[in-house]
Amino acid sequence: MIEKFVPLNTVGVPLDRGNVDTDAIIPAKYLKTLKRTGLGVGLFFAWRYDAEGAERPDFPLNRPSYRGGRVLVAGENFGCGSSREHAVWALMDFGFRAVIAPSFSDIFRNNCLKNGMLPVTLPAAEVRSLSDALQAAPGGKVEVDLAAQTVRGPNGDVHKFAIDPFAKKCLLEGLDEIGLTLTCAAEIDRYERERKKKTPWLFLDLAG
Amino acid sequence: MPTLFEKIMDRHIVTRRGDDVLLYIDRQLIHEVTSPQAFEALRLAGRSVRRPGAMLAVPDHNVPTTPERAERIDDRESREQIEELRKNALGGGITLFDITDPRQGIVHIIGPEAGLVLPGITIVCGDSHTGTLGAFGTIAFGIGTSEVEHVLATQTLWQGMPRRMRVTVNGALHALVTPKDVILAVIAKIGASGGTGYAIEFAGETIRKMSMEGRMTVCNMTIEAGARFGLIAPDETTFAYLKGRPLAPPPSLWDAAVADWKTLPSDPDASWDREVALEASSLEPHVTWGTSPQDALPVGGSVPDPEAQPDPSERARMRRALEYMALVPGTRMTDIPVDKVFIGSCTNSRIEDLRAAAAVAKGRKVHSNVTALVVPGSGLVKKQAEEEGLDRVFIEAGFQWRLPGCSMCLGMNPDKLKPGERCASTSNRNFEGRQGPGGRTHLMSPAMAAAAAVSGCIADVREVAR
Repeated sequence: MIEKFVPLNTVGVPLDRGNVDTDAIIPAKYLKTLKRTGLGVGLFFAWRYDAEGAERPDFPLNRPSYRGGRVLVAGENFGCGSSREHAVWALMDFGFRAVIAPSFSDIFRNNCLKNGMLPVTLPAAEVRSLSDALQAAPGGKVEVDLAAQTVRGPNGDVHKFAIDPFAKKCLLEGLDEIGLTLTCAAEIDRYERERKKKTPWLFLDLAG
Repeated sequence: MPTLFEKIMDRHIVTRRGDDVLLYIDRQLIHEVTSPQAFEALRLAGRSVRRPGAMLAVPDHNVPTTPERAERIDDRESREQIEELRKNALGGGITLFDITDPRQGIVHIIGPEAGLVLPGITIVCGDSHTGTLGAFGTIAFGIGTSEVEHVLATQTLWQGMPRRMRVTVNGALHALVTPKDVILAVIAKIGASGGTGYAIEFAGETIRKMSMEGRMTVCNMTIEAGARFGLIAPDETTFAYLKGRPLAPPPSLWDAAVADWKTLPSDPDASWDREVALEASSLEPHVTWGTSPQDALPVGGSVPDPEAQPDPSERARMRRALEYMALVPGTRMTDIPVDKVFIGSCTNSRIEDLRAAAAVAKGRKVHSNVTALVVPGSGLVKKQAEEEGLDRVFIEAGFQWRLPGCSMCLGMNPDKLKPGERCASTSNRNFEGRQGPGGRTHLMSPAMAAAAAVSGCIADVREVAR
């Protein structure tokens, strides 16, 4: 069961970089867990800490005025690279509930939606203005209203965003997608029966 | 009218919901890192694996590549993840190629070897490089752990229709210019997010002349251009590769299967949302300078200058990349020394890759400043290479000859770079810290990596091999 998405009115955290990959979001050494929880400690590890383990004071997540923020404002192609869902788990464990960017990688976006995290795609110029405002006046608030599909920036600027209606419903209601799909079990059974007739070679059992 | 992708999609639709379809998934590959939470959630929900016979599991990311792994794995977390995979596979009735199985290897390598990747199928894995398998004319794509669980429980996934891109490569590749160079050039051309939202079909005479191994290298890296799907129409090369493999159609069904597969290629009048063309005959060996796979250039080139870049975001990205890579604009790529050489990964650890590297290594010695690893992609590749004597060539040249696994591609097992070390690597990602925290990666082909190993620096294999 995923967490329901509730409207946010929170500090916006600017991460002014493009092509942020999932290795940067959560390095491989944190992938050896059997759990979904507790990954916030590894979030952006190499950027948050120096080689001695001390916080890098300039990194946005470490700056006092951005602490506790739940909306990340990032550059294009956010979440590219590895399919690791740990990237979303780490962002959520740290406290983030939405990421605003000009574009997301396809797999990362999917992973967000399966976990109650909202990926908001806005035109590059609008993300740029949000990011600039948050950098000019750290601590500025960002409101994200999924029902209305709007983002309100720290200067009162309102940005409308698009989202697939079913994804929106799942986020707002915290729906269990597997449970929903299993209501199609009869159709899946029927598909398998017909397919077995047409392409029997696909039903050789790997275990056989 | 339909494309190869559309034809495969069409025959897998179970039902529809708005613009999305419930896509039947023929097969799922499973590894130890992205599956434990899926199996746990399945158990917590009281659900079971719908079709265990459609799954194949293998440990690859965490496994050490040294011989003692058969007796013990020192890293507790890795050991537990591998043990968990074993428990989940055996408990769910799923076939496992365990760590001592002669067929164990990198998840994207072992599927084709077993013959379970057939034209026209849908196949997924909790790993972004699953697109590799599109080389057989399949819909093959990487998914997250929640979707792994969805497939375990339902044998389906909800999917939208991606946009259609065709990348056509024509012309003859020069000697020592390889499929890796083709895909690096494609990524440099369209960018790391140029393929986002697309399924990319690779076409043209250069692709048609490639072996299955070469085609897999090309499709493997489509994700580095942002596309989850890369695919190539099946043809006689595909059928010849598959015939006789353990899970290929048996003789009684073979002709029917081939007849079916021949209907799959995109229709001549299929329409595309974007078309890209690349001329192969002018292509040079490629190498990356930065921290994104799009940062690739011909080996004869020099480190680019961010200040010449008009776009401010890209300029800032390039500056950060050069700082991380400790490189100065204008430096010739062939003047960059390397500490490590890694020949392996799901991109380049098949038999042809090892032959190409061995041809360069033969009769030469690994430079005294360099540690070089060769890691075959699977136990079957290793066996074949040893039968061909390639292991002797590598060992005599001073390379280490390892056991199969993901190895130094991703810094999850004992094979990793130390901070500041620079590596010539045949893998797929040069991200910051990818091969180990603080490590610096230059991507290239197996022949180029072997040339770097014997030269002690990035080198043009055409000059080394002359």
